[in-house]
Amino acid sequence: MIVEKKAVSSAPRSSGSRLSSWLIGLLPLAALALLLLLFARTNPLALFQADLPPIESLTLERIQVVPEGFIVSLVNGGPEPVTVSQVMVDDAYWQFTIDPRQTIPRLGTASISIPYAWIATEPHVIRVVTTTGTIFEGEVAVATLTPTPGMREFLAYGLLGIYVGVIPVGLGLLWYPTMRRMGRRWLGFLLALTIGLLVFLLIDTFLEALEISAELPGVFQGVPLAIFAAILTWLAIMAVGSRPPRKTQSGVEQPAVPRSRSRSPLYLAVLIAGSIGLHNFGEGLAVGAAFSLGEAALGSFLVIGFILHNITEGIGIAAPLVPTKTSPTAGEVVELPVDDRQAAAEKASPRLLTFVGLALLAGFPAVLGAWIGGFAFSPLLGTIFLGIGIGAIWQVIVEVGALLRRYAERDGTPWISWLNLAGFMLGLGIMYVTAFLVKF
Amino acid sequence: MSSQSGQSDELQPLQNESTAKQAASRSGISRRDILKIGLMAGGVAAVAAGGPGRFSGPSTSPDHTHLPAAGEPSFNAHEGHGDFSGMVGDIDLTRFDPGAFLTHFDWGRESVNDSGQTVREWDVVAVEEEVEIAPGIFFPGWTFNGQIPGPTFRCKEGELLRFHFSNGSSHPHTIHFHGIHPPEMDGVDPIVEPGGTFTYEFLARPFGLHLYHCHVMQLKKHIHKGLYGTFIIDPPNGREPAHELVMVMNGFDTNFDNENEVYAVNSVAFHYAKHPIQVKVGELVRIYLTNLTEFDPINSFHLHATMFNLYRTGTRLDVYEFTDTVMMCQGERHILEFRLEYPGRYMFHAHQSEFAELGWMGFFEAVA
Repeated sequence: MIVEKKAVSSAPRSSGSRLSSWLIGLLPLAALALLLLLFARTNPLALFQADLPPIESLTLERIQVVPEGFIVSLVNGGPEPVTVSQVMVDDAYWQFTIDPRQTIPRLGTASISIPYAWIATEPHVIRVVTTTGTIFEGEVAVATLTPTPGMREFLAYGLLGIYVGVIPVGLGLLWYPTMRRMGRRWLGFLLALTIGLLVFLLIDTFLEALEISAELPGVFQGVPLAIFAAILTWLAIMAVGSRPPRKTQSGVEQPAVPRSRSRSPLYLAVLIAGSIGLHNFGEGLAVGAAFSLGEAALGSFLVIGFILHNITEGIGIAAPLVPTKTSPTAGEVVELPVDDRQAAAEKASPRLLTFVGLALLAGFPAVLGAWIGGFAFSPLLGTIFLGIGIGAIWQVIVEVGALLRRYAERDGTPWISWLNLAGFMLGLGIMYVTAFLVKF
Repeated sequence: MSSQSGQSDELQPLQNESTAKQAASRSGISRRDILKIGLMAGGVAAVAAGGPGRFSGPSTSPDHTHLPAAGEPSFNAHEGHGDFSGMVGDIDLTRFDPGAFLTHFDWGRESVNDSGQTVREWDVVAVEEEVEIAPGIFFPGWTFNGQIPGPTFRCKEGELLRFHFSNGSSHPHTIHFHGIHPPEMDGVDPIVEPGGTFTYEFLARPFGLHLYHCHVMQLKKHIHKGLYGTFIIDPPNGREPAHELVMVMNGFDTNFDNENEVYAVNSVAFHYAKHPIQVKVGELVRIYLTNLTEFDPINSFHLHATMFNLYRTGTRLDVYEFTDTVMMCQGERHILEFRLEYPGRYMFHAHQSEFAELGWMGFFEAVA
């Protein structure tokens, strides 16, 4: 029957046949609705669900520690509504109030207030008991007051982000003059070092995304979400960076070619800074959350660690800005006209303002992260942002790799030279070792 | 019980202490890790000492209190705390009322046979029943006659007892009585399959406080699911008249982790805290106390502000001990007798604080 109608729809178009083709388009939907109705009415799968208890899934998304006790944010990620019957704190039933109501609809949220004489610096375990006796647990690792977003806290967390993000990147950028003075052959080394640190950040961001996405209710599919965000970001950067399709004389569109071979160094620096910024957002999130959850009883150590850890990022951002000192050969001029013009322009150092901008681009997201992590930590947001970071860092690795290759080709040296390999290893090594200060 | 008062005194987080700890972490690490970090970080304390406390988190000054604004969750900190119950709400008393269960003794159908002996008969049916073990928490129970604990069977020493058992559930069950009787009446063999019946017939002896429970493997499962109850054989000349109460200490594993999430006497957590047991000042109170807690090796009973006479297993009429706390293994049962001299509320609970805070706690209220 459907086949016949399709035959009709392919007939010459009149307004009538257009209408019928619309109707045919709706046919599968109508059939689906009918099927769902039938399914719901007859319940053909009743055989499989003989007296099974309902599947419940609650996530204690956030536990705020307030002077009166705890405020727990719950998300129902299960297929059915869940009713919270009682609440335990440290293996004792405790009085509580729940807002808006005891029964939380699917994908709904509720807030439980528990008056509790919590003990500063000690852990507390909160367990929510549902009507079936199923228990969902959340932990306050170290009880300390959750910050409320006041001006003072806002500034403190902002400063935290500046320390963790902006300052180290800025300090790293200060090496730019030194990098300029280094010999040409060291340029590849610096780029390789940048790749090394970016590979570390890629893996680190990925693991961070896995960790945060694990806190999400299953229904949100945290890991795929992070990966999708990464893929989309990667494709978006590719799209932005691609040349618009040029029409040839024949009118045939040429496929868009990634401009990696003729990138403006500043473009690359901005790209690196931006993607590192996304990574630093994740770090800010982690640090802010750690502070607000009381898990970092004193952050000076952590902050110093992050400064040392992130200083390398500044070097990475500055690396593509280092001009090639020797003038290119004639062959290369033909091959790389755009780049050459830029190279000439770059003989003069980029303006100071450029560096400030780059430092902010890479570092300021840490401030945002610290605020969000500190005041409104959301695993969903964290997962998405870290996914974006993964995609961005991946694309930056590709681009810097292309640049490194281009320089090597121009110099007629192998792009995986011992020197470059040493740079790559050093980049990885510095990040790995300085991470000792911030990971436990 | 941890008091809700004096909260403000306890609630000042010890910032200096935490400052000294030099701990730092990401989300998801335990306190033990923090302490490890604290030790490790000691080595770099000198580095960090430059700016102590600068980022040590939020303000913790006393004025920095979180006051719930309109629409925000509120803390009704003192609502319901007069009863010291940690639970919100009440169970549906029309299905099972622990208050009525306390004083309900099932003497069965009484008759006299040809030889002049008193015969008592009961119909007992095993059925699956969902029971409310705490306000809003339902447990898929296996029950005798639809209740947990099962009915309190009572008789006098020397009487002939007949329990007509039928299995109306989907699992095999038996009734195993404690006491003296022929092995074939012991409720171990035969096993009564679903739909099957069996009559347990034996003489009531010795006098004392006994119990009964299902004795089918997996034993742990069949007992903790709720197939148990109290079985009282009175001495031939009876006991001194008293305000008699039945208490079965039990627990429920609601999430199948072989640990109890709810503890109580007579199944419902904190019930006698919300509904104190009313007694008269000076009257003799007798508790038939049985322990049928599964998973935990022992349970206990502690009475506040007075002492009780303890009759172990109730099989002798002389006092075994004068105390205020008794520890019992599963299957142990004792008779407790006491008088409350002053009007007011007398707390009683397991002296395992954990059990007490998980529901096994209540009050006597003595009125003049």
